Amino acid sequence: MKRVYSVWVENRSGVLSKVAGLFSRRSFNIDSLTVGETQDPTISSMTITSSGTGRDMEQIEKQLNKKLDVIKVRTFPEEDAILREVILLKIKYGRNDRREIMEICEVLKADIVDASSTHLIIHMCDTPEKISKLLEMLHKFNIVEVSRTGTLAMLKCSDGDN
Amino acid sequence: MIGAEMMVKALENENVKYVFGYPGVSICPFFDKLIESEIKPVLVRTEQASAHCASGYARAASTVGVCVASSGPGATNLITGIATAFADSIPMVVITGQVKSEQIGSDMFQEADITGACESFVKYSYLIKKTSDIPRVFREAFYIANSGRKGPVLIDIPVDIQLSDGGEFFYPEKVSLRTYKPTYKGHSVQIKKVITTLETAKRPILCVGGGVISSGAQKEVISFAEKYSIPIVSTMMGIGVCRSDNPLYIGMVGNNGRKYANKAMNESDVLIMVGARVADRAVKQPDLITQNKILIHIDIDPAEIGKNAGPSIPIVGDAKNVFADLNKLECSADFTDWLNILKGYTKTRELSEQESTDKFINPRTFVSKLSEKLSEKAIYVSDVGQNQIYSCANYVAKNGKFLTSGGMGTMGYSIPAAIGAKFGKRNREVVAVCGDGSFQMFMNELATIKYNHLDIKIIVMNNNNLGMIKQYQHEFYANRYTMYDLGDYPKLEDIAAAYEMKYVRALNMDELDGKLNEALSSEGPVIFEVKVDPDAFMVS
Repeated sequence: MKRVYSVWVENRSGVLSKVAGLFSRRSFNIDSLTVGETQDPTISSMTITSSGTGRDMEQIEKQLNKKLDVIKVRTFPEEDAILREVILLKIKYGRNDRREIMEICEVLKADIVDASSTHLIIHMCDTPEKISKLLEMLHKFNIVEVSRTGTLAMLKCSDGDN
Repeated sequence: MIGAEMMVKALENENVKYVFGYPGVSICPFFDKLIESEIKPVLVRTEQASAHCASGYARAASTVGVCVASSGPGATNLITGIATAFADSIPMVVITGQVKSEQIGSDMFQEADITGACESFVKYSYLIKKTSDIPRVFREAFYIANSGRKGPVLIDIPVDIQLSDGGEFFYPEKVSLRTYKPTYKGHSVQIKKVITTLETAKRPILCVGGGVISSGAQKEVISFAEKYSIPIVSTMMGIGVCRSDNPLYIGMVGNNGRKYANKAMNESDVLIMVGARVADRAVKQPDLITQNKILIHIDIDPAEIGKNAGPSIPIVGDAKNVFADLNKLECSADFTDWLNILKGYTKTRELSEQESTDKFINPRTFVSKLSEKLSEKAIYVSDVGQNQIYSCANYVAKNGKFLTSGGMGTMGYSIPAAIGAKFGKRNREVVAVCGDGSFQMFMNELATIKYNHLDIKIIVMNNNNLGMIKQYQHEFYANRYTMYDLGDYPKLEDIAAAYEMKYVRALNMDELDGKLNEALSSEGPVIFEVKVDPDAFMVS
């Protein structure tokens, strides 16, 4: 079972380590974690995806709420949210690979954002599944470096929203 | 005003009477300014003791305890004490000095990242970066420590902040924290459900934990139980909520508790847990508890509810409020018959317990005799080890207090906690009951007792070994005994002489009464050595 926690915390030093420490101390999993400022500069938004039993999931929410630097915790199953990740990949290519790499990028709607006569950098922003698909398809090439963000998540819009 | 003066002023504003501590270069500015204050500093002999002192003080005086240490090793020595207080939800403000702000992170002499190190055992922590923040931080720290589920709050203050000017001192009256709003009032629908559940219940049990003491809810909880004749059991931290002579009281539950108390809990159809964690030491297999009973779990900490057992009726709130609300409702339930069945269990049990040896002191008889002889409001501080189990199971509760390290099980707790308790209640009788193992962990604090003229009776149940370990090796390691033998050292009579304390010893049951009276009636501190059979194992 996977769940997404959208956590608003005080934008202060040390808060990330407190929240991450909470997960390790209570042996909860973190599948991914992203942090950034919100529209209010005193508040940071953390998006954490985690997997575990139902009781774990409930405890994560309660323990997060107990932290004095946590302002608000919202949690939802993955399917109720819009999820996005960003990936950057540097590939060393040869004359024979180039065309196939470009085709894969075209099919999966990834962009080539930088290139030299030997290397190119691919960028993609999409759902975690699509990003994994891209990685899987490019696996056979000479990937030199991968940089992938954690998952960003936002609850889908509904007519009852304020 | 400089930071150090602000710290002192803040403590005065919080009505702090004593700080327990140990100095060092990084906290000297604070102690320097404390000279002009009415607040009395108590110098202990090692920093960990100052945290236990603050904890004992907090529990005896029902207020926030304060301990102070320097940076580096001073601060790290506090950690066990902080963790002990955290595990038992004791309100404490811990102040540590830190190296100069600009040196933080450069591994200076006596630098330790104490806020980082303590993260998982404090309710909250601060590293002060601006002198003018001191009043607000202190106000928040005392509020956080003593509200909601209580616990230790750490304030780390670099030495340059203590020495620099912070402008005018203004102590905020109110605390505004957008992230912290404990729930005190129970949900009225849930509270009604408790009453409707009682109406159909046949065998309810009320299990009281440390949260009842922390909330000051003894009166409300007991009158609720008395109204319907609901039998009461307690966890280790809940000892003292109910007087032992209350006909509703069955005893302590748990793997070291009374068999009949556990039996009562197992046979119940409705279990009302209040201010207790439902942890493994109190409840065997907590996850199975709801299989054959309705669990009503009342706690101020929402995270405790459902952590170890899924309750049927959860109530988040302060025990005092919740039970005041419960007492306003009426129903026709009466459980006298069920109570009488349970009383039958306790009777058969008591008869078979009259075993004794003539060569040694029977620790069970000893604890009940001791606690019976103590005055009505005495404070009994129990250590950790076999002695704790003897104390918990046989302590006769009156209107006093029973203090022990329940959650963390910290050996050595009793002597420093008794010091704190004595400062908290100067007129009450205070006894520290330890084993020879735990005694040796903090016997250095005998100096603190003597120096401050504290009338504390230190009772050492001496079996010359680590009895709990020996018993464990007997039960689980096929009698392969190791690392348990303490030998016959130190000679407690000589230790007493070194600290100029009275020494009394009881070797067998025949002389127990006389020696006990002698020890308790003597003026000033006494070391009372009680010889316990080194081969005895406890039976609960």
